[in-house]
Amino acid sequence: MSKITNILVCGVGGQGVMTATEILAEAAISLGFDVKKTEVAGMSQRGGVVTSHLRFGDAVLSPQIAPGEADLLIGFESAEALRWSHMLRPDGVALVNSGRIVPPIVNLGLFDYPEDPVAQMRALGLTVHAFDASSLAIQLGNIRLGNTVMLGACADRLPFPAEVLRDAVLARFGTRKPQLVEANRGAFEAGRRAVGGEALAA
Amino acid sequence: MPATQTVPAAARMFLSGNDAVARAVWEAGTRVAAAYPGTPSTEILEILSRYSGLHTEWSINEKVSMEVALGASMVGARAFCAMKHVGLNVASDALMTMTVTGTEGGLVIAVADDVGMSSSQNEQDSRYWGRFAHVPVLEPADSQEAYAMTLAAFDLSERLKSPVILRLTTRICHVKGVVHTGERNEVEPKGFVKDPRHWVMVPGNAKPRLPTMFEREAAARAEAEVSPLNFHVEGSDRRIGFVTSGPTFMHVREAFPDAPVFKLGLSCPPPLESLRRFAATVDTVLVVEETEPLLETEMKAAGIACHGKDVLPRIGELAPDVLEPAVRRLRGEVVPAPEHVPAQQVFPRPPTMCVACPHLGVYYTLSQMRNVIISGDIGCYTLGAGHPWNALDTCISMGASMGTALGMDKGRGKVDENKKIVAVIGDSTFMHMGMQGLLDITWNRGNVTVLLLDNRAVGMTGGQDNPGTGRDIHGEETTRVDFAKLCEALGVKKERIHVLDPYELPVLFKALREETKIEEPSVIITNRPCVLIDHYQPAKSYTVEEDRCTGCGNCVEVGCPAIHVTRRDKVVKASGKEVDLSFVRIETSACTGCGLCVQPCAPEAIVHADPVQNVQSVQFVRK
Repeated sequence: MSKITNILVCGVGGQGVMTATEILAEAAISLGFDVKKTEVAGMSQRGGVVTSHLRFGDAVLSPQIAPGEADLLIGFESAEALRWSHMLRPDGVALVNSGRIVPPIVNLGLFDYPEDPVAQMRALGLTVHAFDASSLAIQLGNIRLGNTVMLGACADRLPFPAEVLRDAVLARFGTRKPQLVEANRGAFEAGRRAVGGEALAA
Repeated sequence: MPATQTVPAAARMFLSGNDAVARAVWEAGTRVAAAYPGTPSTEILEILSRYSGLHTEWSINEKVSMEVALGASMVGARAFCAMKHVGLNVASDALMTMTVTGTEGGLVIAVADDVGMSSSQNEQDSRYWGRFAHVPVLEPADSQEAYAMTLAAFDLSERLKSPVILRLTTRICHVKGVVHTGERNEVEPKGFVKDPRHWVMVPGNAKPRLPTMFEREAAARAEAEVSPLNFHVEGSDRRIGFVTSGPTFMHVREAFPDAPVFKLGLSCPPPLESLRRFAATVDTVLVVEETEPLLETEMKAAGIACHGKDVLPRIGELAPDVLEPAVRRLRGEVVPAPEHVPAQQVFPRPPTMCVACPHLGVYYTLSQMRNVIISGDIGCYTLGAGHPWNALDTCISMGASMGTALGMDKGRGKVDENKKIVAVIGDSTFMHMGMQGLLDITWNRGNVTVLLLDNRAVGMTGGQDNPGTGRDIHGEETTRVDFAKLCEALGVKKERIHVLDPYELPVLFKALREETKIEEPSVIITNRPCVLIDHYQPAKSYTVEEDRCTGCGNCVEVGCPAIHVTRRDKVVKASGKEVDLSFVRIETSACTGCGLCVQPCAPEAIVHADPVQNVQSVQFVRK
């Protein structure tokens, strides 16, 4: 069987994890890959944990990524990235938004938020590229651009050119909200730069 | 929700299992499709409602949806209903006699099992219904099969004159894959044929029909033996041959690409002779089924030696990472230690109520009451069982808050004599199955205070319309139920019915305190809409004046996710008691100004944010 690419996207309900994975899937489909995508998101709209599995290649069977099988872990929130770090292959790469969403359960003092989730992941020997995508998105004018920033950050670590993903992002906005195309183009490139992506591609 | 849209032509599409079923239902020429929302099946009807050429509806419960589908089948139309697993329990009364009458127009029942329990109160295996009702069960393994088997199910239904169950799981409904679709075929209904012996199921008519049910089952069994939906995938490693149904086929093929597999698509009645032949070609048979050992038991009863739940878990999904170690153990091999990093301990992140959710006011109030037993129900408000409120004591099934509250009232002994019994139920759940319970309370003179949380949406499944919103599945205006009048008609005295704003905490608290004192049924209806629906209007957001915050933490007890603790401290009071302090800030960009947290704030530290920021919430972006 040929190589299957496994991407796990994780975050908090409402952050756009599923939409981002959908766009990644659209990019893979545009190249003719067989693609499967699955979520565990029962009540995720209510601020719960959400993960989205994306698998693509010549022929995909099971939609689920097994622990230790993800080539890429895209963490939309830092504690969530840590929660799912066991899903990464030992030689996989994690791209992490170091921004935090602190849940009521932590505010109530019942649990602690990890001191430095990214450092904890690195201490496990994982390759982690982290930056504050939430703040970057707010600087760019809208927290909702965080989604596109994260897609930009992973664009140079896919088995296809970054431009394919960028076109998939822009195509989505082109049909639904054309006024947002330029903002998303900027957010995508900002995400690439934040993790040194362009240098990687060159 | 948009009205009917242009339907894409036959194409290669990226569809979820739910999308694929909807597409096939439409292509099959179905004229009537009905459902009650329920995860993971909800999207099927949402998607179908956007197609033209058929009647789609949210029914008030699953039983009604099935009866609507049966009626359409009686007049010769192709018909469809969809529900989650527990919905079929509700609809089963109709199913168990529908199987005696049989059907006319093709009738397909899609039932979605929540294997893994991402959003349900139990994990049950709907394949049992096929055995119980003697109807065929089809089990797709991915979106393409969900599409193809839905079309096949209509044909099978019409050949056998039987309802057909299409059994889905979360891992079919919510997985997207590439699907090749076709076009709609119109099917003109043959018309209703008056025939009491067929449709009027009194004993004299039903008894002669029972044999037809078993003849039909025999025909289905014969079909299963030759159906292309059941097939043998050859494999070179014959130590273990796998028998799979539903999504487990993909998991087995993923984990054991060289093993022989017998794949069941038409899994009930099972093709036992084909399975016997398969078993003879391998050393050992392992049945991989979610969740109950149904096929395993049937195979063993037929004398086919096999393993199943003796080596595999009986709970949850049988994904490759579950299968691999189990199969290694069965082969007598050592299970290697994983190479990846171990799972890390991180705080739990349970679902929360939304910022400004009207239920926050209700649960904050309930959490301040003493000596109260709170009988709960199914919906967003079930989250009231969690922190910080801990103000929901039971959750069983749709509408159960009513009956269990009455039973508590009637059954209580001395120890609970002074307890107040409150039942909490949402608008849609009330109409689904709660109304009957309220009637039982009034009729039997129960002492129960009912909190009817009318947020004008089926919240937990995504804000669908219901008879309380006055809009149908297309968002178009229709009859709107008046809850106060309805409760009065069900026997609650007019003066015991209150319609209140749940954002006004003192009013809510007073009403609850007074009504729980009066020993007769009362209903408090809250009237604020769900914050996730289109019609929700946000107000000016709030902020905390840091120097005025005393750290009392009262606002944190409201449970709003926009309130964050910035600093903790401890003080020793004059009485010598040590008190924890929590100083807070409000995520102003997320706050929509409901004002709930302002009310318990004694030092008036929570004030309007000025200027109002325009940054949108990370966590709760409204559709």
